[in-house]
Formats: sequence, C-alpha cells, structure tokens
Amino acid sequence: MNIEKVIEVLNEVKPGVDFSKENDLVERHILSSMEIVMLVSELSEEFDVDIPLPEVVPENFYSAQTIAKLIERMEDED
Amino acid sequence: MKNILEGIEKSARLFPKNIAVSDVSSKLSYEMLIKNSKKIAVSFKENAWRKKPIAILMDKSVKLATSMLAVLYSGNFYTVLDPEMPKDRMLKIFETLEPVAVLTNDKYKDLALELGNTDIFYYENAINEEIDEEYLYNIRRAMTDSETMYILYTSGSTGNPKGTVISHKAAISYTDWVLENFDINEKTIWGSQTPFYFSMSVTDLFGGLRSGGCLCIIPKKMFSFPLKLVEYMNENKINTIYWVPSALSLVAKWDTFSYDKPMYLKKILFAGEVMPNKQLNYWRRAYPDAYFANLFGPTETTDICTWYHVDKEFKDEETLPIGKPCNNCFVLILDEDLKEADKGELYVGGSFLADGYYNNPEKTKASFVQNPLNKAYPEILYKTGDLVSYNEYGQLIYLGRKDFQIKHMGYRIELGEIEANMSAMEKMNSCACIYNETEDKIVLIYEGRIKKDAVMEHAKKKLPPYMHPNVLVKVKAMPVNANGKIDRVYLKNNYNLMED
Repeated sequence: MNIEKVIEVLNEVKPGVDFSKENDLVERHILSSMEIVMLVSELSEEFDVDIPLPEVVPENFYSAQTIAKLIERMEDED
Repeated sequence: MKNILEGIEKSARLFPKNIAVSDVSSKLSYEMLIKNSKKIAVSFKENAWRKKPIAILMDKSVKLATSMLAVLYSGNFYTVLDPEMPKDRMLKIFETLEPVAVLTNDKYKDLALELGNTDIFYYENAINEEIDEEYLYNIRRAMTDSETMYILYTSGSTGNPKGTVISHKAAISYTDWVLENFDINEKTIWGSQTPFYFSMSVTDLFGGLRSGGCLCIIPKKMFSFPLKLVEYMNENKINTIYWVPSALSLVAKWDTFSYDKPMYLKKILFAGEVMPNKQLNYWRRAYPDAYFANLFGPTETTDICTWYHVDKEFKDEETLPIGKPCNNCFVLILDEDLKEADKGELYVGGSFLADGYYNNPEKTKASFVQNPLNKAYPEILYKTGDLVSYNEYGQLIYLGRKDFQIKHMGYRIELGEIEANMSAMEKMNSCACIYNETEDKIVLIYEGRIKKDAVMEHAKKKLPPYMHPNVLVKVKAMPVNANGKIDRVYLKNNYNLMED
C-alpha cells in the first residue's frame, strides 16, 4: 500500500499535520487551493502517474487513504 | 442617500422577489433579506447603543450578510472576524476595537465566549425578534452619512492589525462608481470569491445589493477543485466575477478550460495583487468577447482608486497598467520633495477615502495627510506607499511598494519589476522577491518545477545584471497571509529555512 508514501508527500506540502488521522481535509480547509496544486504535482512526480483534472475532485482528497486509492487507480490505468 | 441601506431598500422595492444573496445551502430574496436584518437589529434595542463597534463572528454565508446589514440597521458599525484566524490575532483586534457585542451563531459559541467580556448575541435567537419600525426609523432619522459603516482590519507592517474606518459616505460613493462604471444591474449575478473581512468584498456585496442583482457566494473549497468550481458557476448562472489574481491564476494553472468553462461569464474584474499577463492571457483566449478590467487600490480608499479596462493585447512579460483614477476619485503623484512628478508615490483624495485607523491617531496622522499642494484649506489625501509612474499613453503603471524599493549596487530597484519578469517564465507558478539588507542580496523565492540554473538563465535574458537575484530559493508552497496574498513578512524572516 502507498499510504505511508502518500503521508510523506502530504507532510512535505503541509508540515505539522497528522495526516494519518485527518479524514476531512476538504471540509476543514486543511489544504489550501495552492497546496492542492502542489500536492497533485508532487504526487505525479513521486508515483510517476498522471492525475488528470477530472480526478481532482473532493471525494479523492478527503484523506490520505482516498488519495492512496486514487494513486492506485491511476497506476492501474497506466 | 445617507445610509448604504437605502440603496438596498431601493432594490427591495424594485425587485422584492429577486435573490439578493445565495450560498451553498440557502438563498434569500431582497424582501426577506431586509426583513431578517431588521429583526436581528431589534435584538440590540435594549442596549440603546449608537455608533458602537459590533464584531460579527460567522462563516461567509447568507446569514453573515444579513447580520452585517442588521448591525447597520441598529445604528452601529461592524467588524467581520474570520473564524479561522488565530485567536491571538482576534484578541489583538479586540484590544483596539473594544466591541460592545459579538454577534455569532451556535457554531462559534465557544470561540465567542473565549474572546472576553462582551455581550454575545446569537443569530438563532435574534432572528425571532419582531420588527420595530419606529425604533429603526428614529435611528435612521438621526444618522448622517459621515457615520462609520464598518472597520476593516488589515495586517500592519509591524504585525499589529490596523482597523480602517469606512463611512457610509465612502461606501456609497465607491459603489456609485462600481454600478455606473461596470453597468451592474438586476441581471448581474456575482460569483463571490473574496471574504467579507477583505475590502474587495465591498464591491460585489454592496455593488450587488444596490443593483437588485444577486451575490452568489462560492464555497472556498471549490477553488481547490476547478471542475467543481465551473459546475457551481454554471448551476448558478454566474455572469460577473471580481476575484484576486491568484484565484484566476489557479484556474489557468490547471488548464481548466480544456475540460469545461463557465458559460455565462461576461465580466471579469480583478484586484488585490499584480495580475500576471501570462495567466490573464489564458483567460482572454478563452473569453475573447468578455469585459476584463484591472482594479487597483488600498482598503483606505474603500477598495479601489484607479482602474484599467484591458482593451489591447499584452505579451506575457508585459505589465498591465492600473489605468486612470475612478470617477469621483483624485490622484497625485509626488516625488520625495512633495512636488508633482511623472514617477513617485501615489496620493489619493476624494469621497472614497477612509476616515483613518480606529483608535490609532499616530498611524492615521502618518498616512492621512494634508495635500501638500493646497495651502488654502484642509484637504486630506491618503498616502498609499505605492510607487507609480505614467506610461506613454498617460496611464498609471504600478511599480511596487515604496518599502520594496531598494538600493543595490548603486541602483534604485523595484523588487516588483524583478517579480513581473520572473513570473512570466514557463512553469513558474509563483514567485516573490525580497531584499536582505544586511547582506545586500536580492532573494528570489519561487515555486514551480524549474531548475535554478534555468531561472538564472531567464533572469540574464530579461534583466540588467544589477537586478539579477543573488539568491534563489525553491519552495514547495508559497506562504500566504489571511487574505491569500503572498506573506512577504514571513518570507523575509524565514526564506533561508524554506529551501525545498
């Protein structure tokens, strides 16, 4: 599972948050819009996947788990 | 008109059933907006406060807009607090504002209680009051247009927030210009991006409410998910926006329009920061027939003092003019000897001007000054601290903050000019230039997937040698302050720890 690596990337973009526990990144405004841009770019680089804009939706960014699932799905599609 | 509410009451008479404000979960017609505000105002009746500050602590919503009007109906003035701001900053604001009451809702009950010994009013209770027309009439009868409408806090350079005092007269004069200049009417549907504690919101909130049109509040999270944003704009038929450049730039960075586009959009206005032409050109290509305007001004002139209708093509690396003074606004460019000049500091006069800073006579005296060219009678100008010049077409060009003008290797340099050139680079998401005085070094902090030698290569192509950055710092994310602007104070103190 990619979850540890996802948490690592999340912490690089936004230090000081316990992403293993947070499951409402969107509603609680934990990541700003600029940080989501950075996150997607870092994730694409780290996991060598393409994350097209239609996948940049709240459901995929609720938590480290949902992000890891998204990455898995994108890796399968590659 | 002496009270901004009269403009909104006029909309309610002409278009009672039109939606005045909407958010993700509710909508309110003009008729109901007025009714609800009047009800809430009555909850303050017992205390008989007049011309007193009332703080409002709520999320950006229809209820917040209603509460702002309610405070005005009660003959007092408001300060909107961002519930997400650190508690320490809130307490600092309370030290100078000394509000007589906090108006909030159940959600922020605990936070409101922590703020000290002020009366707390809850929206949920206040909305059940009965309207008392006589009480409201007497307040209106007694007031004048020079009474304060709201206090808007901005970050001071020292780190202590400054409260800009805006009168009804200033807000009325300013929104008169907005309505006329941009032909805002009952068909206008604003897609509101900026927070109500930020000066830009005066334009779409009160410009909107005075026109009979609709202010559609876009939830903040939509800006993280551009296709959701487009969907929301289309569902609500948003036709006019007034956003900060970073919000417009986000849409461009995602290349959103390759997937979907807001289809009702006709007017695109922006202010608050320098709009990079690279991102603006992305929008202009997508909306060749839309109306684009660059607005410029500080909170101290209500929101704006000059504007530019984007009516010609610009290359990515060119600077967009800030144009000419708004109607009913007057500007002067003065050099260091306080003589009129083609390049220098911008001074503004006219009815848009704030009355000063709340409980802060020193800062007020330093920035609101007698027109040095007028010896005959008192005429106050606001000293903006912004450096401007005229271009060949007689349009104003923004050069940068006076405090960002530096002297390096004997040259006078505008850090903003370096930023404008560097931000035009491909893949450059965002950049900021600061000056380290002790080491006499120009530091460029940037975000984007570009190697440092490529950045230097670009600098060499675009800038004279004395303007080349001496230090490059690549960061993962640019720090921003509460208003979403690049946090330069933080950068200046921390850039050496931020290297990606």
